Amino acid sequence: MSQQVGVIKRINGSLVVAEGLKGARTGDAVYIGELKLIGEVVRISGDLVALQCYEDTSGLRPGEPVFGTGAPLLAELGPGLIGEIFDGLERSEIELWKLAGPFIRRGVRVAPLRRDRKWRFEPRVKPGEEVEEGDVIGVVQESSVIEHRILVPVGFRGVIESIEEGSFTVDDVVAVLAAPSGEKIPLKLVQYWPVRIPRPYRERIPIDRPLITGQRVIDTFFPVAEGGTAAIPGGFGSGKTITLQQIAKWSDADVVIYVGCGERGNEMADILTHFPELEDPRTGKKLIERAIFIANVSNLPVAAREASVYMGVTMAEYFRDQGYDVAVIIDSTSRWAEALRDISGRLEEIPAEEGYPAYLSERIAELYERAGRVVVLGKDRRVGSVTIMGAVSPPGGDFSEPVTSTTMRFVGALWALDTELAYRRHFPAINWLRSFTRYVDVLEGFWARFDPQWKTYRERALAILEEASRLEEIARVIGEKALPNDQRLILLTAEIIREGFLVQSAYHKVDTFCPPEKQVKLLKIMINFHEIASELVKLGIPVDRIRSLRSVMELLRLKEKESLEEIDALYEHAKEDLMRLRAEYEAAGVARGP
Amino acid sequence: MSFLREKAGPIYRTVREVRGPLLVVEGVKGARYNELVEVKLADGTEIIGTVLDVSEDRAVVQVFGQTEGLSLDSAVRFTGDVMKIPLSDDLIGRIFSGSFRPLDGLPEPIGYERREIFVSVINPAAREPPSEFIQTGISVIDGMNSLVRGQKLPIFSEAGLPHNVMAAQIARQSTVLGPEEEFAVVFCAMGIKYEEYEYFRREFEKTGALDRAVMILNLANDPIIERIIAPRIALTIAEYLAFDLDMHVLAILTDMTGYCEALRSISIAREEVPARRGYPGYMYSDLASIYERTGKIKGKKGSITTMPILTMPGGDITHPIPDLTGYITEGQLILSRELHGRGIYPPVNPLPSLSRLMKDGVGPGRTRDDHIEVSNQLYMAYAEGIKARDLARIIGELSLSDREKRYLRFAEEFERKFINQGVYENRPIEKTLEIAWDLLAMLPEDELVRISEENIRRYHPRYRSA
Repeated sequence: MSQQVGVIKRINGSLVVAEGLKGARTGDAVYIGELKLIGEVVRISGDLVALQCYEDTSGLRPGEPVFGTGAPLLAELGPGLIGEIFDGLERSEIELWKLAGPFIRRGVRVAPLRRDRKWRFEPRVKPGEEVEEGDVIGVVQESSVIEHRILVPVGFRGVIESIEEGSFTVDDVVAVLAAPSGEKIPLKLVQYWPVRIPRPYRERIPIDRPLITGQRVIDTFFPVAEGGTAAIPGGFGSGKTITLQQIAKWSDADVVIYVGCGERGNEMADILTHFPELEDPRTGKKLIERAIFIANVSNLPVAAREASVYMGVTMAEYFRDQGYDVAVIIDSTSRWAEALRDISGRLEEIPAEEGYPAYLSERIAELYERAGRVVVLGKDRRVGSVTIMGAVSPPGGDFSEPVTSTTMRFVGALWALDTELAYRRHFPAINWLRSFTRYVDVLEGFWARFDPQWKTYRERALAILEEASRLEEIARVIGEKALPNDQRLILLTAEIIREGFLVQSAYHKVDTFCPPEKQVKLLKIMINFHEIASELVKLGIPVDRIRSLRSVMELLRLKEKESLEEIDALYEHAKEDLMRLRAEYEAAGVARGP
Repeated sequence: MSFLREKAGPIYRTVREVRGPLLVVEGVKGARYNELVEVKLADGTEIIGTVLDVSEDRAVVQVFGQTEGLSLDSAVRFTGDVMKIPLSDDLIGRIFSGSFRPLDGLPEPIGYERREIFVSVINPAAREPPSEFIQTGISVIDGMNSLVRGQKLPIFSEAGLPHNVMAAQIARQSTVLGPEEEFAVVFCAMGIKYEEYEYFRREFEKTGALDRAVMILNLANDPIIERIIAPRIALTIAEYLAFDLDMHVLAILTDMTGYCEALRSISIAREEVPARRGYPGYMYSDLASIYERTGKIKGKKGSITTMPILTMPGGDITHPIPDLTGYITEGQLILSRELHGRGIYPPVNPLPSLSRLMKDGVGPGRTRDDHIEVSNQLYMAYAEGIKARDLARIIGELSLSDREKRYLRFAEEFERKFINQGVYENRPIEKTLEIAWDLLAMLPEDELVRISEENIRRYHPRYRSA
């Protein structure tokens, strides 16, 4: 740590102006005042340097010292990240609690990774082997599901001179690398990376696999691909957080990073308390064994909120570089944007729309661009991905506000939450008319394995829903009874799709996670039902008769059944009832004559 | 003044500018950011303030209290310490002003310790997720928007609606199923009228709650700027009672609209760039620093449950005050002028109302197995009923289908029998669910899709009587 020392000249909220920090660069981390509060250089003019302080500045006064570190804000990366709860500056909140009690105190320092813990390190290379950046030199079994691969840090290559198997702390030297320059470089389990700079990779590759979330409306209708991006905008009370939590719990990513950015403390507490108990449906292990939490809640200093998002994405890239598929969930990017606005305002920059800085869209685009599916650095051409899903909290539920409208331009899928649906307790309250996805074509191959007709079913179902919403408008004026029978059937099928497919209970033990094959089956049944019922309606059978069949209304509950055979059997039952109804009518028709 | 331990610190008579509640003082040496200052006006009145912006020889001070009479010859004393209040159990039963002056004629409190009122953040890792159901005895809350200990659940109201009556009823009736525990009420008034305060005082007195209450009052005619510190004083006391003295605290903050207006005044005086409708861009974070002091802590017995009340300007829920509040609080109870007009009390419209923590506090082992499902079904059926009512307004009730007519009748009965109840009527949760089932029995059984078959078998009146 280099020792530039400056003096505080002015304090205005989180903005601190200092003099005498020679050689400071923007983005450099600094320690402010006698308490050594963490901050960052945001602007330099002449001898004066503007600093953004990440902690509360109460009690600070002009004349106190400022220490420059000469390095940007870094993420500490290594074994021990999994299962941890950090604040936006990568301080372990569990350690802070042990150290300082249940309230967060300023100026308390804890190292991100635990220093006392020893990890079993198994080398994967031998002395004399040539390695380059990104190569795996060895592994540590970090949790029962995550094998933490120790990589040659970016920017280094050479010949392994020595490497040791054994138990090490993150600070111990596990290997020595002889660089071409002759320099001996000690390699440890820990490495560092500046959070604002994307970690490099070899090349981007096309995305073709969905991130399965087990949520029907997402997976079937508006899927996101591994390496893709999605935004989930919604006013308060539209079930945004619960939807994100469901994705965090059930998504099939190898590692899940949940960034609680400026959100409720009790919600974080709920996640932090209940996540460890949850079982991963695929591995049967606990979900906490593959999750990292960043809990920068709404009443923590605003400036740290801005950094928390980059901290999360940097950790994601680090696991991607090991060859994992990582999902990053950010709740909420609006709070992050507000932090940008707050800092911009204190710097007295000229505001653009609604007080947000003019570079808002640039920052949002940069953030989502850190997602992707890539061949990572290293000789073995491992593939990894980062999928970013960000919540957006539009003020007043207005999607035309700057953060929402900008985000919509840069994401691949949009899950638009709808307060009206939430009022009706239709959850997840994702509006099927306003949501979109750009990934259907690239994902068709995946779904075709379950049923080659998948895309057709999906399009048909969306068309029925769309048509139904138009008809509902008309029915609202003239009453449903006044509609012709074929249109009333559309309304009935739409109701079956809505209640029996789109509505999914996060609290029902079976319904909470719906595997892809079951999703396809349910959808197929509903489209098939519509075709059969359409024929019946053509024969003049009233929709009310179809609706009155108990087995038809049972279609709404198929989602609660676990076994696919049972679902098939129940549908066969409904089909038989429909056929019987048809036979009854045909017989009556014949009797009555033409 | 109880904020100050002793009269210490340098005094400056170098005020160069007065702008609303802001004073610019020059030649100041060694002032700290957010430091407490004392301002002595020409007529001898003493008010307090804090440092908002400090440079090497200049400090901007924001005063709390009356801003009339501020002048260039005011004397400003820098105390060298941030704003703290003394804390002890003697505070219970006391009444203070928004700047912590006793209003009950009793002496200034002496505390065991003094604590900062501005900075207090519960470590998310140390939070205990709220899960204890609070029975308020009000069906529309208990049945459909249950309150749990450690939750912040605001009432979104409009001028002229009975939000105070409802808040007082909640304060009176709230109990947790199980053994009795020590409780306290912290009441913070921001810009409400004297009669409103008087109403709360009388209601608390009736049930003896007044002896368990701490009141912080900033009434409509008190200095608006004091509203910035009033809720923070209230919550600092609440934290002390809950986490040091193991009490269960209900904090009532009314009216948050008054608070936000004060925040806006200061922001405008500081010439900040406004975000929406003149309110500052940091209002979300500011409100969070108040609301988020609610909660429970692992390993501590006590809890803080907060019920902020706010009147939505023009009944507009997209207005920044209700909007930002809704993003921070764990749900909201929304009062409806239409229900009020039809004589329904409490006029809580369940459709847009929500309690996010309900799922953790009710259900098997807490209230009853069918609670959540019944609640979801009531929502769905009432929404259908409202749709039918809207339709009937256009095409006439006679043209509705049988199904629509049934839901319309359900909605009317639901409002009259379930939502509606007496101001002094305290319904146990079993009673609430019983009324709900009697109403749901009006609908065909296979339309009860949100309720599992087992629960229909167990609780539906048809099977109950059989």
